[in-house]
Amino acid sequence: VNGIHDMGGMQDMGPIRYEKNEPVFHEPWEGRVYVIRRAMGAWKKWTTDHARHEIEKLPPSDYLRMSYYERWLVSTENLIVNAALITRDELESGKPAAGSAKATPPLKSADMQTVLVRPKVTRPDANVKAKFKQGDRVRARNIHPTGHVRLPRYARGKAGVVHQDHGIYVFPDTIVAGQGEKPQHVYSVRFEARELWGPQASPRHAVYLDLWDDYLDHI
Amino acid sequence: MRKSNKSKVGRRRFLKGAVAGAAGLVTTSQTGKAQQSQDHDHDHDHQTVPSDPALRTKALETLLVQKGLVDPAALDSLVEAYQTKIGPQNGARVVARAWADPSYKKRLLENATKAIAELGYTTGEADDMNVVENGPKVHNLVVCTLCSCYPWPLLGLPPRWYKSDAYRSRAVIDPRGVLGEFGVTLPEDTEIRVWDSTAELRYLVLPERPAGTEGMSEKELAALVTRDSMVGVAKVTVNKTGGR
Repeated sequence: VNGIHDMGGMQDMGPIRYEKNEPVFHEPWEGRVYVIRRAMGAWKKWTTDHARHEIEKLPPSDYLRMSYYERWLVSTENLIVNAALITRDELESGKPAAGSAKATPPLKSADMQTVLVRPKVTRPDANVKAKFKQGDRVRARNIHPTGHVRLPRYARGKAGVVHQDHGIYVFPDTIVAGQGEKPQHVYSVRFEARELWGPQASPRHAVYLDLWDDYLDHI
Repeated sequence: MRKSNKSKVGRRRFLKGAVAGAAGLVTTSQTGKAQQSQDHDHDHDHQTVPSDPALRTKALETLLVQKGLVDPAALDSLVEAYQTKIGPQNGARVVARAWADPSYKKRLLENATKAIAELGYTTGEADDMNVVENGPKVHNLVVCTLCSCYPWPLLGLPPRWYKSDAYRSRAVIDPRGVLGEFGVTLPEDTEIRVWDSTAELRYLVLPERPAGTEGMSEKELAALVTRDSMVGVAKVTVNKTGGR
């Protein structure tokens, strides 16, 4: 979706606020949200891509007003409700529905290590031929899917060169659309700044993006 | 970042008693008025932006615990792990080893995932690591324009500025301007390579080893390496400034 999350190249977002000796979490609730999301991930009801997409679906004006962990809080609630682990009524009342069964958490503190290790679901055991090789000139497709997509707007339609083949990964777009993993190669593609931003850009500036086969065409 | 944190302590203390009846908090309630929310008689639009994220988080956690969906002890140990075990000290060890051992550096640049595993960091997103090297003519900068991708196992959770709209929007179009805000000025002929983490690869910058560190041990070197230098918004200096 052409959402507000796709920020590369936007201007006037203000100065970068640097904080010395920044704590990991600024308030306790931020840490709780973060680990609730991690622990709930152990139910394996959604993938990282679903989680990203849930944030992308926030209304743009809300997205901009919310802090990082507020986005996580709201998207986590939505993920849990969408996965039918709780109902919207339970979320809004704050109480389990009468007569609802009590589950057993899949993650105990003893197996904390399993949640720190993100499962390697993104590297499927699949044998798919690479469409491109190092040095190939490619053009990122000019596509505007309404669902989840990891090709930023600023690179669409732009020409670059394949810098490296990273191997085979699952395809986020089809995973979130419920259309399967569609395993394919991901490449590091180098785009010159002048191609992305026009002739006023520096000739000594390039941007590298990691892009799936389905985002690229040969030139 | 954008939110003011006024009266947060008082609010949190108040929370402890209020959670059980946290009804309605998913919508809106003004700070300090949460107890009224069950009455819910004020005029407002139900909106996404949480008006009291601390209370709303507590309500969510309480519900999940009551339903047996999470183990609160597991949450506690996870918070502790992220606060104490996972942080830039991990990445600094990798950089120091690369500076001290040329053959390790070679392995690191060729296959970062394997080389990092040699030091015991085999978990999670480190499975898809790439290390990019700074030099006299090349400077690397890491960003995630679409969300907040970051090499967690090696650097911990990202700082706010990394996740900020300002950094994410500008790093790809104006890296020199961004670096300038961090106090880094590069020679005109230095090429800047910006790595936008759009897939499951995670990037760590191997900064230049500063002059005057020739006799240092790996441990002393690691103490010089800052988080910011491994994201590419700072250079490593012998006089390390606190917190960076």
